[in-house]
Amino acid sequence: MTEARSEILAGVRAALAGVDPAPAAPTVPGVSLTPADAVAKFAERVADYRAVVERCGAAELADRVAAALPEGSVIVPEGLSVQVPDAVVDDGTLTATDLDRIAAVVTEARVGIAETGTIVLDHGPGQGRRIISLVPDTHVCIVHEHQVVADVPDAVADLDPARPLTWISGPSATSDIELDRVEGVHGPRNLHVIVVAG
Amino acid sequence: MSATFVGMPAFPEAAREALADSQLRYNLAHATGTIRDKRAKVVAEVDDWEDLRVAGAAVKETALRDLERHLVRLEETLTANGATVHWARDAAEANAIVAAIAKDHAAEEVVKVKSMVTQEIGLNEALAEEGIAAWETDLAELIVQLGDDLPSHILVPAIHRNRAEIREIFMSKMAAAGRPAPDDLSDEPAVLAAAAREHLREKFLRAKVGVSGANFAVAESGTLVVVESEGNGRMCLTLPEVLVSVVGIEKVVSRWEELDPLLRLLPRSSTGERMNPYTSTWSGVTPGDGPQEVHVVLLDNGRTRALADEVGRQALRCIRCSACLNVCPVYERTGGHAYGSVYPGPIGAILNPLLKGVGHDDQVDSLPYASSLCGACFEVCPVRIDIPAVLVDQRAQVVDAHRNGVPKPEAAAMKGAAYVFGRSSRLAGLERLTGIGLGLARRVGIAAWTGARDLPDTPKESFRAWWRRTDGGRRKEHGDD
Ligand code: SF4
Repeated sequence: MTEARSEILAGVRAALAGVDPAPAAPTVPGVSLTPADAVAKFAERVADYRAVVERCGAAELADRVAAALPEGSVIVPEGLSVQVPDAVVDDGTLTATDLDRIAAVVTEARVGIAETGTIVLDHGPGQGRRIISLVPDTHVCIVHEHQVVADVPDAVADLDPARPLTWISGPSATSDIELDRVEGVHGPRNLHVIVVAG
Repeated sequence: MSATFVGMPAFPEAAREALADSQLRYNLAHATGTIRDKRAKVVAEVDDWEDLRVAGAAVKETALRDLERHLVRLEETLTANGATVHWARDAAEANAIVAAIAKDHAAEEVVKVKSMVTQEIGLNEALAEEGIAAWETDLAELIVQLGDDLPSHILVPAIHRNRAEIREIFMSKMAAAGRPAPDDLSDEPAVLAAAAREHLREKFLRAKVGVSGANFAVAESGTLVVVESEGNGRMCLTLPEVLVSVVGIEKVVSRWEELDPLLRLLPRSSTGERMNPYTSTWSGVTPGDGPQEVHVVLLDNGRTRALADEVGRQALRCIRCSACLNVCPVYERTGGHAYGSVYPGPIGAILNPLLKGVGHDDQVDSLPYASSLCGACFEVCPVRIDIPAVLVDQRAQVVDAHRNGVPKPEAAAMKGAAYVFGRSSRLAGLERLTGIGLGLARRVGIAAWTGARDLPDTPKESFRAWWRRTDGGRRKEHGDD
């Protein structure tokens, strides 16, 4: 293998002998929006993907979460900012097969991107392991208004690449059969986003 | 699965076959037209699209021109993050590495997220020879795999299949591969997708080893990125204990921030969405979350050859969005199979000769001619690859490669390309005939022409007549306004 390594690197070196470096890439700022406009646009664009989106004040959050949950069991990560009665708190031991029997998950997010209607999880406190927001069929995701940024460059600058990241734009979808969009193939088929004031 | 592109006939011959299939042509025209419209709409939403293209091209170009440093850095950071880095000069080496990892874990099967590079190296077939089943988990790839078929488009590989055919494939083939399709399966896309979900969920839950490619690899942070829609990618990247990612050496970018223009360009160019449903990034092993053994195979397989090509080097900027396929008049009529490669369309027409070299394979040598040089591919390319310029350069290379030899594949290729596209003489004749009526015209021999094209409605006036009447539009038209 070390032979392959040195041969490939030598090949690269030979291919580029005498080739000038290219100029550094210019940065292109994203759209800029006031915080209020960003939140409104975020809600609108998430809804465009046929996710359910609602906005509420902090006091109503627990009720809204409860109302968003389907019949069946619920899992939550440690550190969730809201109480979900009867939910299983993930302790890291449940397997994919266990999670397949759970109907819904509630998590926080790390960033919301207005321009693209994207939610990013960095799987820190309140978000949990990647698997818990993947296997259950309904994902209820809480986004705080102050977490919403205007565009992709703001999000990239804000995120830490050392953490695993999951960018979510609407529920799982496919257009592979005659380009008819179908929601939900392997990821959660229902995405319910609650945007909380503050 | 035995389907393979190896031994495909040269483009003209393969194209002739595809052109005879009017259902295929209809499916393709519909699909490419639909995606084209979606793309145009979301691209128009972005004020700085042109600046973004320049930035995206520059991110990839700067990385390519300093590739050795970035690859060494990527290896360092990945290793520091707990991943194991392997290097593979060619397909056989890469396949052997993946097979050895699977065997180390006594895995008889692996789950795969759609990856162009693992198709390029024929990984599924190589694993099958080692007794390891590789399951494709992207819906379209599942359709292709179960149907023992070949992909025909980068983004929507089963674009050549309609819903009735897909139902048929699921009914007859799913049982042998695992969970059978339900007896009452209809041909509704939502029902078919649900059947695929059930079929594959079983495989995800028991899989020990996952295999992926990567859309991008960030040298500075040791981060890999996979962009997808269905969540099958997330399943493959998260559920198995072991993850192996096969990554072409051209996928590297320097810094984390440089993902920005690429993540804005790719989904809009590709699926015509503001953002694809899921993007996953990971940097080696995360304790307690996801695969605890992570491998990365850095693959050459002709990339250093392409890198050495002064004009063609830019093709390595390609982010596989497939926008160039959807605007290509040749692709729209022939479909992807005619290119005889996992990389079809305009990008395939340049990438295959670049990766494989010209002068020793008629099929490869015919590809630079599979184009009208209309330039639409360059216009849409998010990283500004000047595909027409590379095509022209490669035609010269093909001619040079055969200058002293007896075979002249370029002549044959030209004839084939002419069959697909260049019938201007016949077109002129046809135009004169439109006044007499299509029935008569068919009798005097345009059957061959309509056999390869969908004939538009006959205009009231021919172009030449219009030109004579209006002096090419300089004289005011009357009667119209
Ligand atoms: S060549 Fe450009 S347009 Fe074609 S697939 Fe690659 S990035 Fe997309």
